[in-house]
Amino acid sequence: MTSALWTHLIKDLRIEWRSKDAINSMLFFALLVVVLFSISFDPRGAFARDIAGGVLCVATMFASVSALNQAWAREIRHQVLDAQRMAPTPGAELFLAKVIANFLFVTIVQIALAPIFLVMYNLNVQGQAWQLALVLPLGTWALVANGTFFAALAIRSRNRELLLPLILFPIFLPALLAMVVATKSILTGDSDPSLWIKLLLGYDIIFTTVSLLLFDVIFHAE
Amino acid sequence: MKKLAIGLYAVVTIALMIWGFYQAMYVAPDDALQGYIFRIIYYHVPSASVAFLFFAVSLLGSIGYLAFRRSNDNRAQIADAWALAGAEVGVIFCTVVLLTGPIWGRRAWGIWWTWDARLTTTLVLWLIYVSYLLLRRFAAGPQMQTLAAVLGIFGALDVPIVYMSNRWWRTQHPAPVFGGDSGSGMKDPTMLAAFGWNMLAWFAWGIFVLILRFSVERKHQQYAEEEAEEALAANI
Repeated sequence: MTSALWTHLIKDLRIEWRSKDAINSMLFFALLVVVLFSISFDPRGAFARDIAGGVLCVATMFASVSALNQAWAREIRHQVLDAQRMAPTPGAELFLAKVIANFLFVTIVQIALAPIFLVMYNLNVQGQAWQLALVLPLGTWALVANGTFFAALAIRSRNRELLLPLILFPIFLPALLAMVVATKSILTGDSDPSLWIKLLLGYDIIFTTVSLLLFDVIFHAE
Repeated sequence: MKKLAIGLYAVVTIALMIWGFYQAMYVAPDDALQGYIFRIIYYHVPSASVAFLFFAVSLLGSIGYLAFRRSNDNRAQIADAWALAGAEVGVIFCTVVLLTGPIWGRRAWGIWWTWDARLTTTLVLWLIYVSYLLLRRFAAGPQMQTLAAVLGIFGALDVPIVYMSNRWWRTQHPAPVFGGDSGSGMKDPTMLAAFGWNMLAWFAWGIFVLILRFSVERKHQQYAEEEAEEALAANI
């Protein structure tokens, strides 16, 4: 049952290992967003700590959209998508494999970005830093799970690359809010982020379940 | 006969709206604290209720489309028309809510807008359904209907989460007028009457527009189907 999932996952990881397209473009894009924000808002001292969480989350969000569009667009060439549609395995496995692969890519980008970020914003974490290891993966999962789903949905339309952010961002808003507030409260140490972590967890569970259930519907929509 | 019924319904709706306007502007007294500006509640709250009802109609239409799309095409098309009509008319009423709210807020709070739970939720709801309508424009054919139905379900699922998250975040919007604490609420019977009449009038008007939009979409579907059949026949 899980062999299809492994096949898809290993294929995606291998493609990325050979080309490094997604990670490189995401990393550079996220870096650009961080620099753009720094120039626009002049972050210093306590103010830097206040906005750093938001900048990191928004940078990840913008960066991952470019990679998520590619995740499915790549399959259109040589009719791979049609082959996958005809394969006698549940589409949910393909979906989950894509989500895991993209989750790994975005996480790598975040890990690479974190030290640059800490230096450029002069951050020292006031709250409990280990909680970041909960908040960021949960938020990233929410972004990538929904993003992969909506990218598969947008690929069926005209101007697909434009459509993905338009339908992803409104749905992702509550998760973004939870991610930003939780990151901020960890960085500043002002308040307890556990409520927001629970919200993120709930969001992840609800939307991953619904995506898994409805993926076949959009994948085979004709 | 059908035309007569529609005309009669339209006349009754317009009469209700005129009566509601008279009640709201001339009969009901000023609010003890807010004065004259509070009368916007007679338009703000009914519009919000109608918008939420129509988004629910849209959700039911989306679920219905997914349920019937393989077994009963006619029912699926009807459900899809309801989903579209609900979303479109709902967005219009939601826009009215988002416009009347700031007008009131400017006088009552001194600011046009604040990032409060209900305001943000309504705005996000509006964004979600606008993106739903955008998807319907960008995609084409029966696959668009399936994709839109899925997005409709996602959007509806998001609404309670948005609301809860914003409530934890910050709240400034007035507490519920009805079903709130014992200290809140409308006490004056003429206020209640004006509110009830306007509620009725705006629901009647909303449902009128909804049904018009629904029948336009049904006609549209029928023409599309006939065109497809003609094209097929021409090919043979």
